This record gives sequence, C-alpha cells and structure tokens, in this order.
Amino acid sequence: MTPLQIVFLLVAAITLFSAVMVVSIRGMMHAALFLVLTLMGVAFMFATLGSRFFAIIQILVYIGSIAILIIFAVMLTRNIMDAEVASLNRGWWFFAPLALLIFASIVLVLSSWSAFATLRDLSSTSGENILEFGKALTDPNGFVIPFEVASVLLVAAMVGAVYIAMERRGGRG
Amino acid sequence: MDGAMILEWVIKSIFLILVMTGGFAYVTLYERKVLARIQVRIGPNRAGPFGVLQPVADGIKLIFKEELVPAKADKLIFTLAPVLTVIPALIITAVVPWGTEVTLFGRTIKLYLADINIAVLYLMAVTSISIYGIALAGWSSNNKYATLGGLRATAQMISYELALGFAMIVPVMMAGSMSLVDIVESQKPVWFVFVQPLAFLIYFIAALAEINRSPFDMPEAEQELTAGYHTEYSGMKFALFFMAEYIKMIAISMIGSSLFLGGYRGPFVDQLPALGPLYLFIKVAIVLFVIIWIRATLPRIRYDRLMQFGWKVLFPLALLNVFVTGVVLILVGG
Repeated sequence: MTPLQIVFLLVAAITLFSAVMVVSIRGMMHAALFLVLTLMGVAFMFATLGSRFFAIIQILVYIGSIAILIIFAVMLTRNIMDAEVASLNRGWWFFAPLALLIFASIVLVLSSWSAFATLRDLSSTSGENILEFGKALTDPNGFVIPFEVASVLLVAAMVGAVYIAMERRGGRG
Repeated sequence: MDGAMILEWVIKSIFLILVMTGGFAYVTLYERKVLARIQVRIGPNRAGPFGVLQPVADGIKLIFKEELVPAKADKLIFTLAPVLTVIPALIITAVVPWGTEVTLFGRTIKLYLADINIAVLYLMAVTSISIYGIALAGWSSNNKYATLGGLRATAQMISYELALGFAMIVPVMMAGSMSLVDIVESQKPVWFVFVQPLAFLIYFIAALAEINRSPFDMPEAEQELTAGYHTEYSGMKFALFFMAEYIKMIAISMIGSSLFLGGYRGPFVDQLPALGPLYLFIKVAIVLFVIIWIRATLPRIRYDRLMQFGWKVLFPLALLNVFVTGVVLILVGG
C-alpha cells in the first residue's frame, strides 16, 4: 500500500463516518458541522486526485457558502435543539433496502468498466488547465448548453426566492 | 521532490507563521501608537523603549487570565471556534509572493511558499471558511449578545464576500492568470491601482467589512452587543480572536498590495531581489496605517445601512466594473 492509499482510506472512513453522523446525530448544529466535515472529505478526495481546482471550488461553494447558509438557518431556529424529533421516519424499513439495492447496482455497473480496478499514477499531475476548462464551458461543441441550462435554473431559483421574501405592499400582506 | 525541498517548505511555512504572529503583536502596538498620535496622546511607552515590549506584556497578562466557559455552552464548539478563526487567517497568505528568488547558501530559494495556478480562488475559499469561527463562537456561547453578534457577522461577511470576489477578479482579468506571482509580475509597467482605481476601492471597502474592521465593526458594536461574538471569551481563547483579527488585517494588506499595488515590485527589484520583501513590507505598513486612520476617523455605520450599501451599491458597482473591464480588454487586446 502506498502512503497515498493509506491517506485515502483514512479520509474515506472519516467522510463516511461523518456522513452517517449527519443523519443520526440529534443536535441540528452538530449535524450541520458533520456535514461540513463530509464536504471537506470530498474536497480532499479531489485534491488527492490531482484536481486543485475542484478541491478549491468544493470548499468555496459547498463549505464556504451552502454550509454557512445552513448554519445560519440553524442559528435562527434555536428551539428545535430541545425538541425530541425522531430521526427515522415510518417508511425507513422500506427505503433502507432500496438504497442498498441502488448502491449495489451502481457498484455492479461500475465494476464492468475496464478501468475499475486499475490504479492511475497521479504523482505527476500538478493541477489542471483552467484555460481549457473555461473555454470548454463556453464552447458550443463543449458544455455550453448544460452550463447555460444550469444558470437559467439558478436564475429561476433566485427569482422564486425574491418573490417569496418580498414584502407585498397594499393590503394583501 | 527531495528532502531539501521539503525542509525548505517547512522552514518557509514556519517563517511565515512566525512573521504573521509576530506581526500581530506589533500591529497592536502600531495601532495603539497611531491612534494615540491621532488623538494627540502619546500611547503605550512604559514597557521598554518607546513601548516596544508592550505586546509581550499584554501576552503574558492574557496567559495568566482565568479561562471561563459559560454554563450550558456547547463546550466542544466553544473551544473549537477560536481555533477555526485563527487557522484561515494564518494560512491565507501562503500564496502571496514576497519576492522573486534569492540565492542563499548556494541554493536558489523562491521567496514564496506556493505558486498555484488558482491562487485567487484559494484566497476566496479561505476567506469564505473564516466565517465559521465567528458564527460558531457566537452560537456556542449561549449568550444572546454573542449569538446576535455571530449572526450579524455571518450576514455581513457573506454579503461583502461577493463584492470582494468581483473586485479580486479584475486583476485576474488584467493579468490573464489566477496566480499571484503572475499578477504581481504583470504589474511591472504600471500598478493596477492606477488602471483600476474603482476595483481597488471596492476591494478595500469590502475587505474592511470582511474582517469586521471599523467602520464596519457591527458584530462587536460595544453599545449594542457588549463585545459581540466574543463576549463570553476570556484568557487565551480571547487572545486567539484578537490575534485572528489583526492577522487578517495584515493578510488583506498583503493581498491588496499584491493585487493592486505591485506587491514586491519597486525600483531596482530586478537587480537586487532581496529588496522585494522590503517593498512589500513598506506597502503593507502604509495600507495598515490607512486602516487604522479610518478607524480613528469614521463612526460606525448602522446595520441596515451597512447591508444596503453592500448589496445595493458595492455589489452592482463591482459587477459593472468587471463587465466594463471585460469589454475594454476585448476591444484593446483583440
């Protein structure tokens, strides 16, 4: 086993453990913090794969923005801390095997892929070409359509959020 | 990657951390001296000649203070929060270059810790995680002033981060690279502050708000919130918050100098690379002076005004600046 593999296994274990803790721990704030740890583990995976860009973006977008907003929301809902809310809902016995089945089928599909068990040598990679990545995002032959569709989706979400938050003037309240 | 290289990295990292923590101690003295002079006082002058030992005395005092943890506080998060505040402040300057390269003991040493091709994104990412410490400190103290301070700080920092990001994109567009070494090198003919004064102004204002400095020090407005998010902290934990605040001051001065004021560049720096760190130091000292000067001069602005200014003035202005810069760059650069 190479040192990188040992580090990978350690980080994977931490990531999975904190992911389980997110859904099982009682306190909302602690769950949010375990979510941060999970996301950090994913960022670390990107870093070990030689992708600095995605590691940083993972931290910037998920940890720096989304998880902060979740924590912000948790700070505003203090009373939920004390409430005895069950962490399992009634249908869990049906959905737990279903989730396992989906996981097993994903592993099955991936294992038929030729590169599933081979180990790529990543020691020589030193960050990706950001310029090529940026060009591919705006290239009609590249990813311009998914990129634009995603931005339309975000604009729609933003308009919806503004509409919900807007104070209505004049009677209708 | 040989052993000597790893050793070089370790030495540079330790050096950087020592400079930042030592800088913290002396920025507190610098601030007190400058504030005193502006208010026609003398300032600390008892400990050592001209008060140079004052930070040491303050540090020793803080070590001997009792550590208090409020009852019903979340102990783990309460302890974790100061650490989470200091670490981003310490690591953010890892991508800032100090100079080109010097030859020391027959070995060429590059005067920067890391030259990564996404340095500006790294700065943004570290800035965004520095909110955690403050938000968690406020929440875990189990104190309403602290919680309000933490909430205010979180909202303020998220809001101004956008304008800060857009102001930092402008030098990236001008230099055509996200590496800070390339950005500093491309300011060889002219500093970006002369080409992009608006971007520099936006950067400066947004950075002041990001580190909760006056006139944007709402999270710790004494009259309303006693001490904001660190109301319940004492002893060394309080010292860590204090340290983070001043290290962040140094960090934004260093980053601002590198992005807009030519970083380590100055006369004769190509002939004598050892001048680089000196020029950077002088620029950082000047920017720090302006930050302290602003604190001595301007009153704190009201919280709703602060949010309105961030979202309705600074953010659209920064967006427009990026747009105009892009159009001009396409027209000129072809």
